[in-house]
Amino acid sequence: MPGLEFSFFNDPLSWFFVAVILTLAIPSLLFSYEYLKGKYSARKLILGQAATFAFVIAMLLVVTVRHIFVFLIFWELMSLLSYFLILFEKENERSVLAGTIYLVMTHVGTAFLAAAFFLIYKYTGAWDILAVKPALASLPLAQKNLLFIFLLAGFGAKAGIVPLHIWLPYAHPQAPSHVSSLMSGVMIKTAIYGMLRFIFFLLGAPAPWWGALILVLAAVSSLVGVLYALIEHDLKTLLAYHSVENIGIILFGVGAAMLFSQTGLTALSVLALAAGLYHLVNHAIFKGLLFLGAGSVYKATGTRDIEKLGGLIHNMPWTALFFLVGAMSISALPPFNGFVSEWLTMVVLFLGAMSLAGGLKILLALCAAALALTGGLAAACFVKAFGITFLARPRSHKAELAKEVPISMNLASGFLALLCLLLGLGAPLVLKPLMAVAGTVTGAPVPASFSPVDLFVFTPQPGSVIHLSPVLILILLAAIGGAAFLLFNLVWGRSKQTVGQTWDCGYYRLTPVNEYTATAFSKPFRIAFSFFLQPYRKIQAYKESHYHIRSLAYETRTKKIFGEFLYAPFVGLLFNSGKLFRKAQPGSIHLYLGYIFATLIVLLLFVRNI
Amino acid sequence: MTTNLYPMTQLILLIVLAPLVSGIITKIKNNLRLRKGPGIFQPYYNLAKYLAKEEIISEHASWIFRAAPYIVLSATVTAAALLPAGDLIALVFLLALGRFFLALASLDPASAFGGMGSSREMFISSLVEPVLLLVILGISLSAGTFGVRPMTFSAGLAAIALFLVTLAETGRIPVDNQETHLELTMVHEAMVLEYSGRSLAILELSAYIKQLVFFTLIASLLFTAQASILFFIIKLAGIATAVAAVELLVAKMRLFRVVDYLAFAGIIAFLSMIAIMLGV
Repeated sequence: MPGLEFSFFNDPLSWFFVAVILTLAIPSLLFSYEYLKGKYSARKLILGQAATFAFVIAMLLVVTVRHIFVFLIFWELMSLLSYFLILFEKENERSVLAGTIYLVMTHVGTAFLAAAFFLIYKYTGAWDILAVKPALASLPLAQKNLLFIFLLAGFGAKAGIVPLHIWLPYAHPQAPSHVSSLMSGVMIKTAIYGMLRFIFFLLGAPAPWWGALILVLAAVSSLVGVLYALIEHDLKTLLAYHSVENIGIILFGVGAAMLFSQTGLTALSVLALAAGLYHLVNHAIFKGLLFLGAGSVYKATGTRDIEKLGGLIHNMPWTALFFLVGAMSISALPPFNGFVSEWLTMVVLFLGAMSLAGGLKILLALCAAALALTGGLAAACFVKAFGITFLARPRSHKAELAKEVPISMNLASGFLALLCLLLGLGAPLVLKPLMAVAGTVTGAPVPASFSPVDLFVFTPQPGSVIHLSPVLILILLAAIGGAAFLLFNLVWGRSKQTVGQTWDCGYYRLTPVNEYTATAFSKPFRIAFSFFLQPYRKIQAYKESHYHIRSLAYETRTKKIFGEFLYAPFVGLLFNSGKLFRKAQPGSIHLYLGYIFATLIVLLLFVRNI
Repeated sequence: MTTNLYPMTQLILLIVLAPLVSGIITKIKNNLRLRKGPGIFQPYYNLAKYLAKEEIISEHASWIFRAAPYIVLSATVTAAALLPAGDLIALVFLLALGRFFLALASLDPASAFGGMGSSREMFISSLVEPVLLLVILGISLSAGTFGVRPMTFSAGLAAIALFLVTLAETGRIPVDNQETHLELTMVHEAMVLEYSGRSLAILELSAYIKQLVFFTLIASLLFTAQASILFFIIKLAGIATAVAAVELLVAKMRLFRVVDYLAFAGIIAFLSMIAIMLGV
């Protein structure tokens, strides 16, 4: 391989990703110190921390190198290091399974990428992305389409786009929590970087179906992700499914940007991509925060099953508060960051629907509806995740004995929670650099007439129809709440509060068993979406006599239709063909000698023909 | 100064008059049933009574339970403040904020009723949101802005969709029933079951305001040519009568039928969008 050179990008896109990775990596590493303490041997700790550190470095290199082949090397390094980190608790059988699935899926992705990269080299004869870009411009559309499909499949497998997402809910929860937070927060974003750099930046958006396909994938990913999250009761797996969902929301921005760029709506394209990038930063931060929170809960209670948790807000007030901030951000509630970016994505889809014609109008309207449904379901999911984990009464002894985690872990979470608030309130300041980043990708300069401040003004300017001021909303919320509080206290005096029992219909002594469970909470969703989730339940009553039931066993499972109908047949085919090959290998040395002889003859004939 | 004062007066009027709308609906219902029923000011008497009463708070509840009423109130009022020409998308998100905290607060006292209400409320609202957004998108498509504009066939369709959504969002039959305390049927009432005294008053007031916000949205889709305050009040009265009539004529649905109901609303909202694109 001639000339493997290490030159780096020095453009806003790469710097943006470096900033995102570092913003999450630093608190995660701070968190890891106390989190890992006392659980593992010193040697394993050093090894784990070194691997985590190398993993971060590999990600930083992935988003900066210019040489395509070097990119592939670091991409692979990043994948392998994360594979080792998933196997950190290799005693656990689930870790091994998760690692294997991850390794297979990530290499399917890498195979597509390698194919795409070699095709690029074949077409252009260059490895440097900047040198490749002009050479690719004159490529016929058919070849570009082929490259697009390969790159989309390759990066899609890493990003966890449905239906290539199946590894994600296995792999992310098995790693130690700070690594989960890095994997979900930033590693899958390197795939978004890849899409932006290799598809949007290199190939552009020559056909409208590229953007449309990404929008459809976005809608499917976000809905599938959130539906699986709703019925999931392992806290970290739930969060992993939300990563699938949020990658979908980011792709709404990316897909819309490609569509607008192709149809000549340059300014809107920049805004759409900026919305996607905004959600990318936000997701990195709140998902990182939520995974750290889940880690704190796991550290304090030793379980990730939310059915065994409850009441943690009393013993772990800080963890609860920071997790609540993360939950509000991911549910797009004002005034936090998720609200601003989802609002912006929604606005972009609306503006697109108003500007485009015909079928594309309908597509964007349906995308907006899908995004709204996703938002609603995500809020429901986090009412469940936060409510069942932190509120009400402890459902197990472990949860009862939970203690607040050490201060360094809370510092890491608190820092990210603060960022959630600041990125929400400082929207105009954040959007400006994001527009510059988006401009380098779409190739169009940021329209001079457009200033992001217009979107976030206190009162609408003439001509600007959409406006939202997160700061104003926070002020209004605080002022109205405060005014109501003062008014009621002044007129009616302080409210007399008595602590009493929860209403129990006169039965006395409710126990935690009487509480609503996560399974019960998600039941309406399981039933309403049963066409997709395919729930199965088994109720078994253990009777003492004909009239009295001693106990009930309730079991509910859902069919993972992608695993069952897409991957299982494929794996079955692989095994069956393996069995066929086994027939050719019966263990007889005579037969093997015969094979060698036959091969020799075929080769000789082959050589003679040449 | 007058331009700044006008929305402020409007907001205060909206808050003050919100309980009256509920009182009127109850009155209409009772008259149609040939009953006497409480006067139209009964909601105010209730609020005044609750505000002065002692609160009983569950021993298991945390600060979320105590803070939730104020958060719900301020989120609802902020949403109402966006009404005249504000950004309707943000309005949806703000209502979601209030709902999120109410759903958490109802889980907080460790009662099964609260959990039931919380789960059902989040279920219904997650299906309501896309319909609401489609209606808003329809409005924006027809007007070119996110404000509210003239009466067309499509606006009529959007109003119907919005009316169906309003019934779901304000806890009315056929989706929920404000008059019941039967655990099998309640949604909103189950969520506020543990609340008493001042907190209950605040939550009830928020529910009234939210109801008037939705009524105002519907009213601003209908016959917008006449912009007088009097005509607006007539429209509100018409909507209130329609809500009362529906509550009397229709039976409450099973929870899982709500999916079909809201899907129907969604289809109407989508049709209104297509009507806009066809220019009617």
